[in-house]
Amino acid sequence: MSRFLNAVLMAALLAAAGVAQAQSTKYPGVGRNATPKEVAAWDIDVRPDFKGLPAGSGSVAKGQDVWEGKCAHCHGIFGESGEVFSPLVGGTTAEDIKTGRVAKLTDPSFPGRTTLMKVSTVSTLWDYINRAMPWNAPKSLSTDEVYAVTAFLLNLGGIVPDNYVLSDKNIREVQARMPNRNGMTTEHAMWPGPEFSKVRKPDTSNVACMKDCTPEPKVASFLPDYARNAHGNLAEQNRMVGPQHGADTTKPEPKGPGAAAAAATVAAAVPAKEQAKPAAAKPAAGGADNKATLALLSKYSCTACHAMDKKLVGPSFVDIAKKHAGKADYLAGKIKSGGSGVWGPIPMPAQSLSEAEAKTIAAWLAAGAGK
Amino acid sequence: MQDNLSSGRIRKAPENFLSRDGIQTVVAEAKQGRRNFIRNAFAAAAAGAAGTSVLAQGNPVPSEGGDPNILNLPEHSTGLGQGVAADGGYGKPSRFEANVQRRQSPGLTQTTQASVSFAPLQSLFGIITPSGLHFERHHQGWWDIDPSKHRLMVNGMVKAAKVFTMDEIMRLPSVSRIHFIECGANTAVEWGNVAVPTVQYTHGMVSCSEFTGVPLITLLELAGADLKKGKFVLAEGADGSSMTRTIPMELITSGEVIVAYGQNGEMLRPEQGYPLRLVVPGVQGVSWVKYLRRIEVGDMPYAAKDEAVHYIDLQPSGLHRQYTSIQECKSVVTTPSGGQVLLDKGFYNISGLAWSGRGKVKHVDVSVDGGRNWRRARLESPVATKALTRFNLDWVWDGKPAIIQSRATDETGYVQPTYKQLRAVRGTRSIYHNNAIQSWLVQESGEVKNVQVS
Repeated sequence: MSRFLNAVLMAALLAAAGVAQAQSTKYPGVGRNATPKEVAAWDIDVRPDFKGLPAGSGSVAKGQDVWEGKCAHCHGIFGESGEVFSPLVGGTTAEDIKTGRVAKLTDPSFPGRTTLMKVSTVSTLWDYINRAMPWNAPKSLSTDEVYAVTAFLLNLGGIVPDNYVLSDKNIREVQARMPNRNGMTTEHAMWPGPEFSKVRKPDTSNVACMKDCTPEPKVASFLPDYARNAHGNLAEQNRMVGPQHGADTTKPEPKGPGAAAAAATVAAAVPAKEQAKPAAAKPAAGGADNKATLALLSKYSCTACHAMDKKLVGPSFVDIAKKHAGKADYLAGKIKSGGSGVWGPIPMPAQSLSEAEAKTIAAWLAAGAGK
Repeated sequence: MQDNLSSGRIRKAPENFLSRDGIQTVVAEAKQGRRNFIRNAFAAAAAGAAGTSVLAQGNPVPSEGGDPNILNLPEHSTGLGQGVAADGGYGKPSRFEANVQRRQSPGLTQTTQASVSFAPLQSLFGIITPSGLHFERHHQGWWDIDPSKHRLMVNGMVKAAKVFTMDEIMRLPSVSRIHFIECGANTAVEWGNVAVPTVQYTHGMVSCSEFTGVPLITLLELAGADLKKGKFVLAEGADGSSMTRTIPMELITSGEVIVAYGQNGEMLRPEQGYPLRLVVPGVQGVSWVKYLRRIEVGDMPYAAKDEAVHYIDLQPSGLHRQYTSIQECKSVVTTPSGGQVLLDKGFYNISGLAWSGRGKVKHVDVSVDGGRNWRRARLESPVATKALTRFNLDWVWDGKPAIIQSRATDETGYVQPTYKQLRAVRGTRSIYHNNAIQSWLVQESGEVKNVQVS
């Protein structure tokens, strides 16, 4: 026992000496040792070898409950939705689980790439869900909920069965079934240093030819006419003076020598007050109040699911305003509690904003959702 | 058209293209109702120019014998101007610069918090991006963090895990260096074909600043990091996304990686990670972790979300390249560029930006015939390593269609590839690391279009 105590004491002394050494460098007085509690609070990363993975477990069934409450409104009931973010699930097969290579990645005609088609390491899913999900309340899931949601996601991809309980004990088995686990390569010259690959030569090798280098070039790709104004009026995206002005893309493209220049100089002669319009938003009636409300919508990530005048995951603000005009109290309650069924099956989760803030947004909606 | 001519004092065009004789021809022919008078007048102007070596005037003398902007003294010449600090203590750009903004690309993302705004490269000079116009990329929204409460932790394979306050980090010896930051997905939408109209949207996810901060190696040494066994470093942000990336040790031990708080003489902007971000010169922007809260030293790479799901480059084989980091040598002509209109024939300064994640730009060549023939551009100073470099080249536009390209070579001898060369190796579905030569078609009309050539 006394030998044990001695050993502990000795270890403590050694640690203290080590610490002292670390501190007595060129910069005395700068920085202090982190406490174990502090390190535990922040050191949340989980590596591909599962270093950092906390003990715990979660079933597919529990994961489905969490999913439908906190994940489905962005990612879809089956992780298939591409309305807000890229789809998570789809494009993988039982054969891929055997080979560890997702076959559809070699098919250029397959639309899009889902998370499960790409990710090679299950640790990545666990780590990311734990640190950054849900989107508007990151780090709010318990450890077991993270296991459960990960299990549900894997189940959607057919990687684990319906009755699976994912845990720190069996997660290695899952790694061995990841559909794209053999789908990565580090054989390239785009990492500085020798850690991954000996390849140092870039994969293209152009030469700086100066004269008669190519045959007559042909234009192979350009924007179609109908996309002319798709990025807004380019005349308003260029400085009003300069060697070139912006093209007025609200009008069809002028043809013939010098024709665009004529149009552009006309555009440039529009008074500066008019030019400045895109920067200074026109305040509508009650503009200041609306601005504060719009800030709230952004602050609480309402805009992640609701757009002003088109349907995203949820209905547009304008549509809500039409349907529930004047019903501020009802709307305030709905904002706080969430719900589903009024606009479709995708639920809106309860929101953690203050009563006063909910009322502000509700009043704005009830009054017509003005900009 | 006659109406246009009669109000020519405001509407400078189309006289801009014409000599005085040309204008008279236009007026005369317009009266005769000739439909193709512009074309004829243009030809007449060109002939006149050829004969007299005088090109068309962009700034003709008005009929009243002088420019009213000269003849009638404006208010700012005849009144009292504004006083100091009238702008609330922090100056803003002129109200006439309202068109110069960073912008979202319509339809690219569904949320503004996981999105991008592009820097208006077509309107910028030199190599430093004004901090308020620096491109933005957020993964889960941006924050304005109280610096007195911000902490940086260094842990992992270190003798003692350390915690630093901002006060302490700012006490340490600092360096100030000019570096570009480019998103790995810059120009991503153009891998297969032309998708967007202007250089803001094709190349606007690159910016360049003077960053001030402490070399990360200083902090690792303070913590007693085991750099023999610890070959990989994780950087982690304090925001909701808590962005993580594996940082190349080679750039840390070289002293290049900086824990930065300063940007262009002031603190970082909140959108750029105030109060602390990692600067990883030459490496794609996603590794420049914002709101930096933690550095971990480890003995294997981390396969974080943004190096195992995103920021991986799909190859034709179906394999994804992982841990692609270096932004290879690239350049683009910023003026004239897509969506702009040349106001006249005659002299232009072709101007653009070049950069390389492997060091300095050695030279930039410019073609106005779609890559057949090239001329070497002037590089403006400074030419700094892993920084934007400004190039310029004199050009006289003859009014005929021209395809403008730029091609940069870096100090390793690497030459920026053509689309053909890049696609031959990587296909068209790589998303990331598109550094192909950009083409702008100057049309006879004067309007410039984004094109790709075969």
